[in-house]
Amino acid sequence: MSEASLYFLQQLINGLTIGSTYALIAIGYTMVYGIIGMINFAHGEIYMIGSYISFIVIAGLLGMGMVALPVILIIALVIAVFIASTYGWAVERVAYRPLRGSNRLIPLISAIGMSIFLQNYVVLAQGSRDVALAPQISGSWTFGDPQLFEVSLSYMQLIIWAVTLVCMTALTLFISRSRMGRACRACSEDQGMTNLLGIDTNRTIAMTFIIGAALAAVAGLLLGLYYGVVNPFVGFIAGLKAFTAAVLGGIGSIPGAMLGGLILGVTEALTSAYFPSEYKDVVSFGLLILILLFRPSGLLGKPEVEKV
Amino acid sequence: MMRQNFYTAFFAAGITLILTCLMVGVKLTSEGTELRVVGATAAQWTWIFGGIAIVFLSQLFRDQISAATAGIPRPNLEAILPAESVRSRLKPWLIAMVIVGLFIWPFMVSRGSVDLATLTLIYIMLGLGLNIVVGLAGLLDLGYVAFYAIGAYTYALLSNYFGLSFWICLPIAALMAALFGFVLGFPVLRLRGDYLAIVTLGFGEIIRILLNNWTSITGGPNGISGIEKPTLFGLEFNRRASDGGTTFHDFMGIDYSSSYKVIFLYLIAVVLVLAVLYVINRLMRMPVGRAWEALREDEIACRSLGLNRTVIKLSAFTIGASTAGFAGCFFAARQGFISPESFIFIESAIILAIVVLGGMGSQLGVILAAIVMTILPELAREFQEYRMLLFGLLMVLMMRWRPQGLLPSKRPHMELK
Amino acid sequence: MSQLLLDVNALTMRFGGLVAVNGVNLKIKNRQIVSVIGPNGAGKTTVFNCLSGFYIPSDGSVLFKGEQIAGLKDFHISRKGLVRTFQHVRLFSNMTVIENMLVAQHRHLNTNLLSGLLKTASYRRLEQESMDRAAFWLEEVDMLAFANREAGNLSYGQQRRLEIARCMVTQPELLLLDEPAAGLNPNETKQLDELIVRLRDEHEISVLLIEHDMSLVMGISDHIYVIAQGTPLADGSADEIKNNSDVIKAYLGEE
Repeated sequence: MSEASLYFLQQLINGLTIGSTYALIAIGYTMVYGIIGMINFAHGEIYMIGSYISFIVIAGLLGMGMVALPVILIIALVIAVFIASTYGWAVERVAYRPLRGSNRLIPLISAIGMSIFLQNYVVLAQGSRDVALAPQISGSWTFGDPQLFEVSLSYMQLIIWAVTLVCMTALTLFISRSRMGRACRACSEDQGMTNLLGIDTNRTIAMTFIIGAALAAVAGLLLGLYYGVVNPFVGFIAGLKAFTAAVLGGIGSIPGAMLGGLILGVTEALTSAYFPSEYKDVVSFGLLILILLFRPSGLLGKPEVEKV
Repeated sequence: MMRQNFYTAFFAAGITLILTCLMVGVKLTSEGTELRVVGATAAQWTWIFGGIAIVFLSQLFRDQISAATAGIPRPNLEAILPAESVRSRLKPWLIAMVIVGLFIWPFMVSRGSVDLATLTLIYIMLGLGLNIVVGLAGLLDLGYVAFYAIGAYTYALLSNYFGLSFWICLPIAALMAALFGFVLGFPVLRLRGDYLAIVTLGFGEIIRILLNNWTSITGGPNGISGIEKPTLFGLEFNRRASDGGTTFHDFMGIDYSSSYKVIFLYLIAVVLVLAVLYVINRLMRMPVGRAWEALREDEIACRSLGLNRTVIKLSAFTIGASTAGFAGCFFAARQGFISPESFIFIESAIILAIVVLGGMGSQLGVILAAIVMTILPELAREFQEYRMLLFGLLMVLMMRWRPQGLLPSKRPHMELK
Repeated sequence: MSQLLLDVNALTMRFGGLVAVNGVNLKIKNRQIVSVIGPNGAGKTTVFNCLSGFYIPSDGSVLFKGEQIAGLKDFHISRKGLVRTFQHVRLFSNMTVIENMLVAQHRHLNTNLLSGLLKTASYRRLEQESMDRAAFWLEEVDMLAFANREAGNLSYGQQRRLEIARCMVTQPELLLLDEPAAGLNPNETKQLDELIVRLRDEHEISVLLIEHDMSLVMGISDHIYVIAQGTPLADGSADEIKNNSDVIKAYLGEE
């Protein structure tokens, strides 16, 4: 392979890594949107909180002298998922549920308020500076021609791919097979009717917030380990990116969120590889505007039918 | 009943503990390359348990609390204010008095207060502009600060590169902001409300990133400094005149004082705000203003009556943007220095909070809210770090208990015959 | 042959595989009240949505004053003089009754922005005209006393009447009423009946009506079309329809 194509391959690997985490966060947007037709503006902050919690647990366990890395990571994952889910649940309970049925603008503004609140809450609790964690999982496979360009696929990247794959599969199975998943699907078709059929819509809606938050926490742990830093402001941009991914794939569609995340990740990696990297955000938001322009229902979404 | 509440309260307190124990109870610190966790200080634990106690008690006694709050008599404005006919007769006098007061006031107070008043006026302008978009037309614009930035940079660049004066740049800045509003609005205004929110949010970020990275022109993160101050018919407010210029104090034959400049800037701001207020007030009573509100109320009904929604939304979006352009141009002139730091998302959020707090669609409400939002943080400097936290909380609480804002807009009364 | 005001031929609307409206024909002359009746779910509202431009018909032609309007945008169609009401009243509920009436005159009143800002004489004149027109139609529907009320606070019957007045103030030639009598008490229905007849006789417009209240339909319609399951079943005068065995069967089911 030539140098250029090896370089391209490397960017593809990096892009798919970031993209899979976008996809994990995007699921939260897409599920909530699918069921209540609203954007959960505070979702990016949940991801950020997930990242913080996992750092706290990892640093804490290392500080206590624990050495078994897999155990540490699994404990961190479980705790981060648990606490972030609680945050997700609380967001729904405080900022969405009391406002259900009012003018669309109102829950939207309250969710933005929630997002500002959470961000500054973390600033106050943990400080606004970057917190850095030394790399926990090092090592990589390299291939390619050492003379030209060596492509590296780190173990961390592999772990991100694997965890994402597991999460997505589990989610798909959950939605299509389980009772709760069926209730979710029913709710997104017709909330009133679902309620009449004896399904607790409140619980179902809370459940989508919890699942979304849990996946965001997984992404928080993975990206935290990958980049090694976190600060209270990462949720804002990551949230925007993930939302873009959700729209790209077609909001409301779970496979769409996965596809959208991967496409966005690869686009970004390629942009920062061939252009000044500051412009990668510009490219992804530009992409968002373009999709909304030409295909508002996204790649895999269903077009919306207006009811008169 | 009490028993039920007790369980709920217990549950809510437990949730609060889960939410806060790790996030607040433990702090991450870096020691060299190593990341450590330290237990929270006693003060933080006080916060945690205080918070838990509040949640527990408020859930336990929520019936009593809601009964108590319902029992508080709401101030009945109609009863306090004089009758409609008297009010409409008094109104012009009242407005005249306020305007005269605005012009006299700065000569009697300290420089600092005038400066703060100028800042407040900027936020009033921004609030009024965003109020058109969010309050009247019901379009959630989260990137409003981008238009503010465009106005500011338009003046800064035109002044730096072409030496154009503030007064020439003022309309240009508004037009530039309007142009960007138009170009962005044209495609996205067809979309549903929440998409618009995200797209405008993204747009705000794009503008900020571009300003930050286009170093050769905008100076990047260092911004642009030494921006010309406005002049009064060519009279400058500096200590020494520039080449061929005349200073205000020389012309008037008085001693130089730096407060002239501050007062002059304040007066410009007053005039700009009054102009914006007049225009928006007229627009609200014109067909286009009514169409904005109608569109917010029911888009389908609007279409069935022959209203072109794209054009109407676009007009609201563009006019709102141009107001921000105005404000931005003035901001650049006042500061003399601008950088992308001044145009971050938080600014958009603050302006939105002003509109929401004031009462969407209500002009007086927006003005009051802008005053509260700029003056309160100055008065309570020790709470500075809690400012944004409280803003966020306020937005959530307002939406829950008083979505119409502090001073909801009143429908105009019209006589048919 | 006098030109038809509205001439609908073989109108068809498909949603995916579902055919909601299949080959419907409608003919309306000037100054006529025409009704479309049919069991629930027969596709009557879908026909309205096609005529008023909310849906683009899959097939067929819609000629309004001899001009093809199928596929035009909804607001273009209403500007041509074909205006509708909705099955569920759609008012600007946080705005006053007058404001509702003024919004409807947007395009008559929408002059130069500058003249409005400066309140020029011509702008004031136009504004006065539209206020007069609003007053006239509020008087017609007996709503003048409520002019400064917020529309959302009106009673249901008043909201219905306001919706009709709001349509009329746009000066249409054909008014589409989607179940205007739904939710009205007998007294209000009678007023509505008189109003519709007056629209035809005094204001010389045509009305296309979807309605379930048979006595209302039979009493005022010049011509009636019956649709069942999206397909035309019969058409004719009230008496012809009343005695049509297909229609009876569609409504009462097979014996």
